[in-house]
Amino acid sequence: MKNFTFPKSPTGIQGLDEITNGGIPKNRPTLLLGNTGSGKTILAMEFLVNGIVLFDEPAVFMAFEEKKEDLVMNLKSLAYNLDTHIANNKIYIEQVLINPYEMRDTGMYDLEGLFVRLEQAIHKVMAKRVVLDSLDKLFYGLDNKILRSEFLRLLSWLKKMKVTAIITSEIGDHFLTHMGIEEYVADCVIALDNRVTNQIATRRLRIVKYRGSFHGNNEYPFTIDEKGISVYPIISEAFQQEPTSKRISSGIKDLDEMLGKKGFYEGSSILISGTAGTGKTTTAASFAYSVCKAKKRCLFCAFEEAPKQIIRNMGSIGFHLDPLVKSGILTFYYSRPTLQNLELHFLAIKKIINEIKPAVVILDPITNLMTEGPNSDIRSMLTRFVDFLKTQHITVMFTAAITIGSIERNPSDEGISSMVDTWMVVQDIDIDAERSRSLCVMKSRGMAHSTDVRKFKISTKGITLLPIVANSKGPLAVSKRKAKEHGNLSTSKESIWVKENSPQ
Amino acid sequence: MRIQNKMKVNTQALNDNGGKYILCLFVSGKSPNSALAVVNIKAICEKYLKNRYELEIIDIYQHPDLAITEEIVALPLLIKKFPIPKKRIVGDLSNTEEVLKGLGLV
Repeated sequence: MKNFTFPKSPTGIQGLDEITNGGIPKNRPTLLLGNTGSGKTILAMEFLVNGIVLFDEPAVFMAFEEKKEDLVMNLKSLAYNLDTHIANNKIYIEQVLINPYEMRDTGMYDLEGLFVRLEQAIHKVMAKRVVLDSLDKLFYGLDNKILRSEFLRLLSWLKKMKVTAIITSEIGDHFLTHMGIEEYVADCVIALDNRVTNQIATRRLRIVKYRGSFHGNNEYPFTIDEKGISVYPIISEAFQQEPTSKRISSGIKDLDEMLGKKGFYEGSSILISGTAGTGKTTTAASFAYSVCKAKKRCLFCAFEEAPKQIIRNMGSIGFHLDPLVKSGILTFYYSRPTLQNLELHFLAIKKIINEIKPAVVILDPITNLMTEGPNSDIRSMLTRFVDFLKTQHITVMFTAAITIGSIERNPSDEGISSMVDTWMVVQDIDIDAERSRSLCVMKSRGMAHSTDVRKFKISTKGITLLPIVANSKGPLAVSKRKAKEHGNLSTSKESIWVKENSPQ
Repeated sequence: MRIQNKMKVNTQALNDNGGKYILCLFVSGKSPNSALAVVNIKAICEKYLKNRYELEIIDIYQHPDLAITEEIVALPLLIKKFPIPKKRIVGDLSNTEEVLKGLGLV
């Protein structure tokens, strides 16, 4: 019995088959739990439609909740082509009305009527996949004893019929959950959840149990769009990817010098963080410009400035992006962060990536997306997204706006900075009472990078990085903190400096 | 007003039908519940509706299509078709009092 693999029925749903190691138990019932609006019906229907389209397995859908017409209508917005499948006898949808006015207290009864109908329906299309949606409506008002025995009978009957079935049910403060019968009898239990945090709803999926099979234990975010359901497990391929030693120029000659004289690694992730007005977008745009000039495609995702504004602003310092956009080598994605949740943003971006296959993706700024949910969520989302990009060998650059104050005090930024391969900080510094921009490379995995803080100069000719030289005879005042440290070490020098600069 | 109208129709219907009860019992083969329901309904009819009822017993296994048209899930199921209002009574009909209530005989 070594290497026994449980027979499985692939759902064809992106991500779900990965989590379940190949699908739900074949010829067995699976219980799909979830609150109202968590996507049970859609997931169940997609399982059936995929069965028809991908695996040539006809299907039966027993609807206890919705009318057949309503169901077909509601799913019209998704590309399931139900009408065609119905016409081709590939799917049979039957509405089972549960009459609430039936008297049920004259003695014992069972749900044989349902079994008769189900058997007829299965024979009608020679179904291999069956969905019962939902149990709550079917078992509404049922005596507990009858409910339990009929549910068990239904499960063993479905097994006997050799159909792969999904039975949906509400979760939460419900009699079924109180009795916990679903947990004991089904071979596979999947729970869906639609949680609202910070006014943004996020859908999640979790395999509660899977008898006789390994499965992912985590909660996985999933989305529903016009193409159906997509579940996002952390992609494991990223860790098996062979990292490249090829380099890509940052577009700033002096910065390449600082990065081991060659620039970034191809397919690495780069973070630029800094306070407002320090030149993050400019650095990112200059990277995009140089990538496009090297005849590589670039996707610029703007969450703050509109693309036209970026194009105008960058034109003023010699980066003419407009022709690049027109030739199609540079693509802008612009969206308001609050428009939709982060997953949908990433989904939209992923779609564009799959279409245009860029070499570089820029997200400016990632911190605007941070308002969208708790940081742990964002982090896992970003991790997944970066993993995805790594599998595609795409170099990604994020910018992050941080508030004035230490970076250490900003946990969200720290969360990202530990995740990326190269981290650069741009900040304002005071040199001789003059405000200057500075740039330093905080970390850069796998290369001997400079530890200098360089003066960061934006002019009509682009960006140049200069060593910091104080104009006066005073010592270097790299930053306020350093100045203070310096001051503590050599008070005498400091005092001279102060004397020299103080008004006469 | 509406209720009054309904009452009127009700008596009308009863008169049209000579006051006969039309009952239909759906069973699933010879299952214990079904067998019991048959015995019970026959006894009730003989006792309370003697000579003024029509009882049809239908085995759903023989007529599976009726399960859809009659919207049947739970079995055995007794449907009182006349006099209106139509009434659906589920169970083996052992609780005579409840059955009589359902048939409008109490």
